[in-house]
Amino acid sequence: MRPFRARRTAALGTAALAATMLLTACSSGGTASKDAADGKVTLTIDLFGTFGFKETGLYDEYMKAHPNITIKQSDTQDEAQYWQALQTKLAGGGGVADIQGLEVGRVASVVQKQADKFTDLKTVGIGDVNDSLVEWKGAAVKTADGKVLGAGTDIGPEAICYRTDLFKAAGLPTDRIELAAKWSTWQGYLELGKQYAAKAQPGNAWTDSAAGMFTAEVGQQKVRYSDEGGKAVYETSPAVKTAWEDSAKLVADGLSAKLPQWTPEWNKAFSTGKFATLSCPAWMIGYIKGQAGDASAGKWDIAAGPGKTGNWGGSYLAIPRTAKHPKEAAELIKWLTAKEQQVKLFTKQGSFPSSTAAQAEIKSVQDPYFNNAPIGQIFSESAAAMPAQVLGTDDGVIGKAFTDALGEVERTNTAPATAWQHALDNVKKANGN
Amino acid sequence: MAITSPPAPAAGRRPGQPAPAAAARRSGPRAAGRLAPYGFVAPFFVLFAAFGLFPLVYTAYVSLHRVELQTSEQMDWLGLQNYTRLFEDPFFWNALGNTFTIGVLSTVPQLLMALGLAHLLNYKLRGRTFFRVAMLMPYATSVAAATLVFAQLFGRDYGLINWLLTSAGLSPVDWQASTWASQLGVSAIVTWRWTGYNALIYLAGMQAIPGELYESAAMDGASRWQQFRHVTIPGLRPTIVFTVVVSTIGATQLFGEPLLYEGNAGGGISHQYQTLGLYMYEQGWTFFHLGRAAAVAWVMFLLIVVLALLNAAIAARRNRTDR
Repeated sequence: MRPFRARRTAALGTAALAATMLLTACSSGGTASKDAADGKVTLTIDLFGTFGFKETGLYDEYMKAHPNITIKQSDTQDEAQYWQALQTKLAGGGGVADIQGLEVGRVASVVQKQADKFTDLKTVGIGDVNDSLVEWKGAAVKTADGKVLGAGTDIGPEAICYRTDLFKAAGLPTDRIELAAKWSTWQGYLELGKQYAAKAQPGNAWTDSAAGMFTAEVGQQKVRYSDEGGKAVYETSPAVKTAWEDSAKLVADGLSAKLPQWTPEWNKAFSTGKFATLSCPAWMIGYIKGQAGDASAGKWDIAAGPGKTGNWGGSYLAIPRTAKHPKEAAELIKWLTAKEQQVKLFTKQGSFPSSTAAQAEIKSVQDPYFNNAPIGQIFSESAAAMPAQVLGTDDGVIGKAFTDALGEVERTNTAPATAWQHALDNVKKANGN
Repeated sequence: MAITSPPAPAAGRRPGQPAPAAAARRSGPRAAGRLAPYGFVAPFFVLFAAFGLFPLVYTAYVSLHRVELQTSEQMDWLGLQNYTRLFEDPFFWNALGNTFTIGVLSTVPQLLMALGLAHLLNYKLRGRTFFRVAMLMPYATSVAAATLVFAQLFGRDYGLINWLLTSAGLSPVDWQASTWASQLGVSAIVTWRWTGYNALIYLAGMQAIPGELYESAAMDGASRWQQFRHVTIPGLRPTIVFTVVVSTIGATQLFGEPLLYEGNAGGGISHQYQTLGLYMYEQGWTFFHLGRAAAVAWVMFLLIVVLALLNAAIAARRNRTDR
């Protein structure tokens, strides 16, 4: 009897295991929505990074005012992965949310290649939502024949976020104005970095990555990866060249923590303090709060960065052509991007308004998490000096090729000249015909 | 096979007894009986045509066009340009090389370990069934779950393996950015997942080897090692050929593990562990060039056919030289 029993127990165990796996496999299904019958509508909204709508309580507020609406948000941290998934869904024609976020680096591609895949917001009864925004923000999502494919949310004026506790430990000043003066140029930023590195604990680098510095520095120029005529100029553009050389110098001076951005290791480093400074577009404030958590409140501060300007990121909300509830989605978009909500988002989350009226209202906002830094003033000044960037269809791909190549420089000791060639090869691999 | 065996009544007939006269009149039903097997196998072939053959042919069609995911309605005829471009692309050759090295790094240790484990499990052990089921556990784990755990273990700053290395006084390894380390990392996941599965196949093969062979070998004074070499291995040859073919195909198609290792289709910042499968995926779903991706898919398919034929030829030649 014994062998038989043993075999049966084993079989039972295997069966139980198989059953568990089946259950896990099934739990991801079920997207069917059965609304409409009772006038109730479930709006889906799919985003990347941290837009802050949920964190600021805006959905709850909207649902309270509109009892028939339920809002469901899904999000992906890494924009590159989000974009890829969105394209797959658009091509397949199914699975898109009622509202999809779009990053500024992708809007040129949407406007030029996929205008037929998104709803013209002027046709859904909310007028031109981008009327009250800074001019370039609205212009970037308008097609040649005047369709408005998205509503502008935030823009990404740049500054530098830094850890006052680590600065103190390394004997550096912690005063914002003093620091902003010391790093008024990127050379000054690198210089101060060397002073920091000389005294800091091993394992505490000056900044998170060369990629962060590169993106911030490139973002200060009007022409980056393509020119006004849509021609690719990344190979010769002075913006890219200078930012590349400075970032390579950062690595050569040993000032980078060599963390790839948007990875779990990078996220963890926010709370463990592996780096002392971070190139900080306004929306990064919300990201820092999310990653470093309440325990790190008061450790961070913000100062005007090198050049005191620049734009990194910023987003739009769009409604795919196949969305189930375009009318209700349009109402929600209009409300989310309205002045009052943009002010709230900046005050609580740091996402800098693209609405000029909202910009006028937030000038005196301070953030207690960042030692009461006058974020309103710092980012307003950065935004005021911001160039109207020329956007190309392949900005996202090109930017990634360069930041990946910088990753090679810092992590595999690749010579900057070789890595530069890799970046060019990678762009060709992605685009070349 | 059972379907093609002769009808049951015939078996009951004694030799010499005349065939029943009724048989001559049953030609209609017999024709139906002859067709019935085709009916039984038809579902497979119908499904295969819909989900195997059609995609295969359609992929070939797509591979001759310029098709972009963002504007997938539009197809421009290119002829063989996607293929010629592919062979000029250094990233393709890089991916091919990576597929080969990762394939060797994962398949060879995997099959050797499986053989050893199967040999051990073939002994009468306490809790033998438990060990056999336990060996199948990694195979039953999803690629995603396994890879995520391994990716954590191989983390550069907070991974367990680097923590062990540093506590042993060694310097930590960048398991993501370094070429060999990342390829080893990916191979480790593959090996972990498939060793048990292959061990069970070997075990089944070993149990089919008659015990008398071992007895007589032992009587002739063969040691356990000699028994393994001269009885087990030759007896297992067909099984080994099977696992080698299957593992080679698996290694050529390797995809999930390197994709999830760092969570992107590039296969590392220098594409140092980008396999052919990832290269295809990157062309199709990161850069949205569906035509080029289809061309890669066909090249991979042909490559696998060639490898399978090569395997078969080698096996056949060895069989012949043995006789």
